[in-house]
Amino acid sequence: MPKITINGKKIDVAPGTSILQAAEQLGIEIPRFCYHDKLSVPANCRMCLVEIEGGPPKPVASCAMACGEGMVVRTDSEVVKKARKGVMEMLLINHPLDCPICDQGGECDLQDQAMGYGFDRSRFAENKRAVPDKELGPLIKTVMTRCINCTRCVRFAEEIAGTPVLGQMNRGEDAEIGTFIDQLVQTELSGNLIDICPVGALTSKPYAFKARSWELRKTETIDVHDAVGSNIRIDARGREVMRVLPRLHEDVNEEWISDRTRFAYDGLNNQRIDRPYIRNKDSGKLVEATWDEAFDFIKTKLKGVKGEQMAALVGDLVELESIVALKDLLGKYASENMDCRTDGAQFDPAQRAGYLFNSTIAGIEEADAILIIGANPRWEAPLINARIRKTWMEKRIPIGVIGEAVDLTYPYHHAGTNMDDLVKLAKDYAKKVKAEKPLIIVGSGVFERTDGMAIHQALYDAAEKLGMIKEGWNGFNILHRAASRVGALDVGFVPGKKGKSFKEIVDGTKDGSIKALYLLGADEFPAHSEIGWKTFVIYQGHHGDHGAARADVILPGSAYSEKDGIYVNMEGRPQLAKRAVFPPGEAREDWKIIRALSAVLNKTLPYDTQAQLRSRIYEEWTHLENIDVVAQAQWKKFGKKGKTLKADFVNPVRNFYLTNAICRASDTMKACSESFVRQTQDVLEAAE
Amino acid sequence: MTNEKKMLRDEDRIFTNIYGWAGADLKAAKKRGDWDKTAALIKKGRAWIIDEMKASGLRGRGGAGFPTGLKWSFMPKESDGRPHYLVVNADESEPGTCKDRDILRNEPHKLLEGCLLAGFAMGAHAAYIYIRGEFFNEGSAVIKAIEEAYDAGLLGKNAAGSGWDFDIVLHRGAGAYICGEETALIESIEGKKGQPRNKPPFPAMAGLYSCPTTVNNVETIAVAPTILRRGASWFSDLGLNEKNAGTKLFCISGHVNQPCNVEEEMGTTLKELIEKHAGGVRGGWDNLLAVIPGGSSTPCLPKEICDSVHMDFDSLREAGSGLGTAGVIVMDKSTDIIYAIARLSYFYKHESCGQCTPCREGAGWLWRVMTRMVQGNATVDEIDMLWEVTKEIEGHTICALGDAAAWPVQGLIRHFRPEMEKRIMEYRKRAA
Repeated sequence: MPKITINGKKIDVAPGTSILQAAEQLGIEIPRFCYHDKLSVPANCRMCLVEIEGGPPKPVASCAMACGEGMVVRTDSEVVKKARKGVMEMLLINHPLDCPICDQGGECDLQDQAMGYGFDRSRFAENKRAVPDKELGPLIKTVMTRCINCTRCVRFAEEIAGTPVLGQMNRGEDAEIGTFIDQLVQTELSGNLIDICPVGALTSKPYAFKARSWELRKTETIDVHDAVGSNIRIDARGREVMRVLPRLHEDVNEEWISDRTRFAYDGLNNQRIDRPYIRNKDSGKLVEATWDEAFDFIKTKLKGVKGEQMAALVGDLVELESIVALKDLLGKYASENMDCRTDGAQFDPAQRAGYLFNSTIAGIEEADAILIIGANPRWEAPLINARIRKTWMEKRIPIGVIGEAVDLTYPYHHAGTNMDDLVKLAKDYAKKVKAEKPLIIVGSGVFERTDGMAIHQALYDAAEKLGMIKEGWNGFNILHRAASRVGALDVGFVPGKKGKSFKEIVDGTKDGSIKALYLLGADEFPAHSEIGWKTFVIYQGHHGDHGAARADVILPGSAYSEKDGIYVNMEGRPQLAKRAVFPPGEAREDWKIIRALSAVLNKTLPYDTQAQLRSRIYEEWTHLENIDVVAQAQWKKFGKKGKTLKADFVNPVRNFYLTNAICRASDTMKACSESFVRQTQDVLEAAE
Repeated sequence: MTNEKKMLRDEDRIFTNIYGWAGADLKAAKKRGDWDKTAALIKKGRAWIIDEMKASGLRGRGGAGFPTGLKWSFMPKESDGRPHYLVVNADESEPGTCKDRDILRNEPHKLLEGCLLAGFAMGAHAAYIYIRGEFFNEGSAVIKAIEEAYDAGLLGKNAAGSGWDFDIVLHRGAGAYICGEETALIESIEGKKGQPRNKPPFPAMAGLYSCPTTVNNVETIAVAPTILRRGASWFSDLGLNEKNAGTKLFCISGHVNQPCNVEEEMGTTLKELIEKHAGGVRGGWDNLLAVIPGGSSTPCLPKEICDSVHMDFDSLREAGSGLGTAGVIVMDKSTDIIYAIARLSYFYKHESCGQCTPCREGAGWLWRVMTRMVQGNATVDEIDMLWEVTKEIEGHTICALGDAAAWPVQGLIRHFRPEMEKRIMEYRKRAA
């Protein structure tokens, strides 16, 4: 534990701590541009120079200098002040100083630090350098003349994203950041380049010239585009979401978010359902209606429908409160036909350990061997993939994949493609795994087959044989894709003993056994073609997507940005989402709609406020009350004995950018799909 | 020692074939004493070699003048499992310097034998010679010498019968000045873009492929065998004093009658060097304007200082310059000194790697202001600003290239400010 003195303040730090980090612990600010605590340290901006007393005769870069025993450091001496001023002046001489038209203005490190440490005027009388802009795709706008060559983007792309397409080309003052041969930055994490760029060289293309940072209302909330539950901040002006940024949560998303999370927000303004609709019996068209008309219509239609003839499905983006309210409403009708797994995946809801990401996301970093089964984490949960890559970067652990062999940004051993390969692997390596903390990640797509429960059983056996479960370690992980899924499984939005599952409900609409179907944001299956036309379908949701296309009555709900709610991520971590903007038009918060409908149907639900509804939830499912705390699940046998099929595992996400109703309504996501997915596929097809 | 001291005696010369009058091949080299009882030197052990090098007072010949024996002693005594490496810096690119080139051409076996001895002393079984890309013929000469040495059993398994396995690999650079900086050189060998690393960690802890590495200049390594054979005291007796001992190759170029490379004692006077070896300044000593004493990066010295200055590390530092690589660039009164320095600024702007801010931005700034200074299209205040800009670069960069870009301009302002002011006044007069 080296003892170090900075500006007269003493501190003990862990070995290997840099002076800059030690100063941070003491609350002493050291300006920096190139240093980023998640990236390697190049010490090239030279802004963080400090003086070491009795040390080298020149100031040293505090980000790259480890604390030594008894070091005496000054960050406020004349030498340091002069050095900072000098570096600041150098950074600014070729910087365009176009802050008034720069999107980074107001949240720019260069701007702030120029205020704090720079000269008040420029002595540079020569012509400034101009650098040609680069085309990096539909998400990132470049103004390369503003670039200060800190190489944060280069290091991010290489180290975190694992797509080393950026680099610093040329030498000296001709140095510029680019892709060498013109190519797009093809990573699901590319938006983070915008955040880490300390100046306005890399800015958001969809957000360009839309707003200034200081006129935005900032709301801290939770993302729903995948099951990671990334902590985000929604910046809104009026009732429009202007942009989405990550929040720091070391255990979940660190400080990154995926491009879907960041850029799909324009989908919140397109294709919105902003008033109730009723399908006209004669024309077959959806006609605008009032809330009262819609509720009355539902009341008439449900008259005489028995509980077992009713069913409900919830989609991927629904918050916990509405799920419970809908479950309670069905309960009033004594109906057990409900399901949250509209992809057909089979889980044993009684065994929580069988559907959770048990090791937790941060736990990936403890793993010393990883086996990925039937998943493409890069597309199903980019941040999980980033964690795996981070772990691989640190420890070069062995990684195996059973399933489709896709580019995961780290090398792996392709151990097979189907269930038999896994069974064989488990048999070959039973009790022979040397890893202390082996980890298995199973894609949720694996269970979408008819042999889903048998696969569970086989996975349970494999996990036991491969030593995934130990005292203090549970390395069995399911990689979910839907933000609502784990919450819905936790509160049991699954068929009861006599209830029907998703497949049976859909079949029931065709044979007439299901007379009324309630779709709560269920858009992930082609409802229009799959649901029989005799069934009365209520769709409640926010986008005119698959569900609304089939609905007989549409109730306008709110998107994730427009309501408070609890989301449980794939680890089983309940998190609170906050309303950033109001829902459009007549749309209301979802649990309120269900509560209001229940009153119309004379089945009034016993809660009037969200707080009461939450108390009801916490009472029955106590583990959900501890917000942001992962309740570890008990490891018990799950799955059912049965034969597994020989078919290869197929990754469920075929297009990362179009996975839910919001994405499908987003022009940005369509552009990404065009640039990153379609073109690549075209090239691949052409190559074949 | 006085100014009247005699020239270096021939029997004290290390590089007896620096002009290539005899062959560079192994047979001729052996005749000169190379590879003579190398195994016996190695048998004396690592500690003996390092102590002997320390006692000789040899300082690194690449420019910084760090004591060589001390540098070798920084290498871990016991390997922790990682191999040790010796890297020879043959990326001689400093304008005004061409000593290593002649060693590579005419005395390659001195270098190879030095590699074996130095490599043994630091526990390395492999040496990389990183040679400047433009040195095509020199590289070929070294390759020929390496092949000869392998064929004669002087390299490879049980090199020279010493019981020590040793391999030498020649690696060609691509002609970047910055790759002469030791850590940029290491990056370049690793196949990366030649950009200096931060220190610490120093190469002795984590250098080439993160293994303990020592990077030495060609001349430093090439003189080692002779020092070890003739004894530390022989070497340390030569030269000005114990801190500036031995002999040194000087490269004299510019406005002299006979530009040459010459081996001379450390601490000989500049005047003697020029007058005796280079045939004197063009037009006589009084026609001298200034001398850049140690390669382009060292500040120039005006005639008053040149009259009496000694050519060694400490004397030149006291005089406000440095010995550097001992590339003496002589300029007579026909020289436009401002233009000359501006040209050097252009060189440093062009060779800056672009990694860290002060050098990347500052070198270009210096060059642009210097270009105006050549015309006189500037204000007198800007001379002060120029001085401050050099101070903003100096000492704030990752490697010494920042300092190298700043020093020539500092030397100019320090000694030739009146010339610069005059130029500005003349320009104003013309413009008015």
